[in-house]
Amino acid sequence: MLDYITSYLKSDLTPGAAGNVLWAFVYILLIFLGLSVAVIAMNWLERKILAHMQVRLGPMRVGPHGLLQPVADALKLLIKEDIMPAEADKVVFWMAPLFVVMTAFTVFIVVPFGPTHAVTDMNIGVLFMLGVSSLSVLGIVMAGWASNSHYPLIGALRSSAQMVSYEIAMGLAVISAVLMSSLNQAGTGTLSMIGLVQAQQAQHTWFVFKFFPLGLIAFVIFAIAMVAETNRAPFDLPEAESELTAGFHTEYSGFRWSLFFLAEYSAMIAVSSIAVTLWLGGWMRPFPTWLSGETWDLVFSLFPGLTFIFLAVFAFVGVVRMPKHPYFRIQTMGLAGFGAVLGLIGLVLFAPPVRDRIQDIYWFSVKVAVSMYMYIWYRGTFPRYRFDQLMKVGWKILLPVGIGVLILTAIAGVWL
Amino acid sequence: MQPVATTFFFYLLSGLAVLGGILVITRKNPVHSALALILTLLSLAGLYLMLYAPFVAGVQIILYAGGIMVLFLFVIMLVNLERSAKEEQFNKQWIAGTAAALALGVLFILVYTGGKALFPEHLAQLPEQSNTQEVAILLYGNYMFAFEIASLLLLVAIIGAVVMAKKRI
Repeated sequence: MLDYITSYLKSDLTPGAAGNVLWAFVYILLIFLGLSVAVIAMNWLERKILAHMQVRLGPMRVGPHGLLQPVADALKLLIKEDIMPAEADKVVFWMAPLFVVMTAFTVFIVVPFGPTHAVTDMNIGVLFMLGVSSLSVLGIVMAGWASNSHYPLIGALRSSAQMVSYEIAMGLAVISAVLMSSLNQAGTGTLSMIGLVQAQQAQHTWFVFKFFPLGLIAFVIFAIAMVAETNRAPFDLPEAESELTAGFHTEYSGFRWSLFFLAEYSAMIAVSSIAVTLWLGGWMRPFPTWLSGETWDLVFSLFPGLTFIFLAVFAFVGVVRMPKHPYFRIQTMGLAGFGAVLGLIGLVLFAPPVRDRIQDIYWFSVKVAVSMYMYIWYRGTFPRYRFDQLMKVGWKILLPVGIGVLILTAIAGVWL
Repeated sequence: MQPVATTFFFYLLSGLAVLGGILVITRKNPVHSALALILTLLSLAGLYLMLYAPFVAGVQIILYAGGIMVLFLFVIMLVNLERSAKEEQFNKQWIAGTAAALALGVLFILVYTGGKALFPEHLAQLPEQSNTQEVAILLYGNYMFAFEIASLLLLVAIIGAVVMAKKRI
């Protein structure tokens, strides 16, 4: 039994490839926990960052700088009354949020957080991710229809039209990246997520810089399409609050609504990780060939620990700047404790064995985090599109440009 | 790596597919029928996976369940459901129906009893790791001409749809 557990630790395969059920289960649990924490963090960060962009303070009351606000929100959602409209289609209404959450979490079994840090590696990795995440629109349509109300129905119709349109541009961008992965001795590309990163490693470049500017254009098309696919601003027409109250989840409340929330954010993380894997070099650290050698390896391996130490220092600065009134004493102590925990995690990450194992995950997460920040930034800066403008962008700009990039990539791949 | 519990998954997925098929024709509400059809299509994707054809399974999910069924639901939601819910669901052609069912049953029995020689004893163990590449080589190599003709047919269908839907182009 102990051998079975430890045998995997030295393995350089994913649990799926090694056929190790226990470790696959552990990975699934870790990813689930990590995602939940990320969604909670995103909830707080989005409100804080948006607030600062609009020169407001954002949540400040619950905990120091509103740090406990997501926890309070989650508690509120869990104990809220769960209302089902009288004329709603009960079974479909009940199934829709589950369906959305299931599709949003299922895609993560192929996300490569590192060469060995994925639940499994599929021959059809990218296809699987796109396929399963395209299923989530069915959940949205089910939710909108089952609510038996006008706003959700309009939201669901908009959502399905939008997703079907942007999926095509998205697919074309993905194909051009897959085409780039076939530029090797054997001449065959790959759809596997790990294989795609390894192809970038072998070609010594991220695909976003490959055949400049072709890779960059494909990446931009994907970046626009992925915002539309996840129904986020400026493409959040399915839930445009000024027109449709809350769109497809108008009639949902309490726990079911929080499932939609969870699914939306994990879908954002999922498409961001596709973008990172295909164009931004996945788990590779920046400049793996340009700044190579022992010293640079050491410098870059210190980054995970330094990040946490930096966050800890940030927390301690907050402690010092806290008002000295007795009313804030518990909050100050809590913030100091939080900073101490962050610092301890940072110190653990400096230990050589942990450092080597954690690096890939760190760089992947950093890239995904940048992409998530972009999501918030878009929401803070762009006005919402009108529906005909949305369709025009999808069909008349992204689709032709995508086909053009695909053809040019093929030509460049053959001639260069 | 040996696959686990193959028989169990085969019967589970086939059972789900058949259940979905029955629900498609018995539900009064067209949206329920469409959802049942999605169940069938997803279980078929699972069956393709068991046949070592991950690419076909992926395409099944992305095209049928993710693309075509969304359009189905889109259309169903736009049409008037009140009238179709009241309509009689089955037409009463018992003689033709029974004859067709009997013929199909006889065919199944014949295949089951006499068809053993037609099928190989064991499934061919195809290389799962390169399934996509194999499909690509076949489509763009050996069957290039047929593949391009099929895509031309689809192009004609797209142009036809645009011509018929739009009065002025």
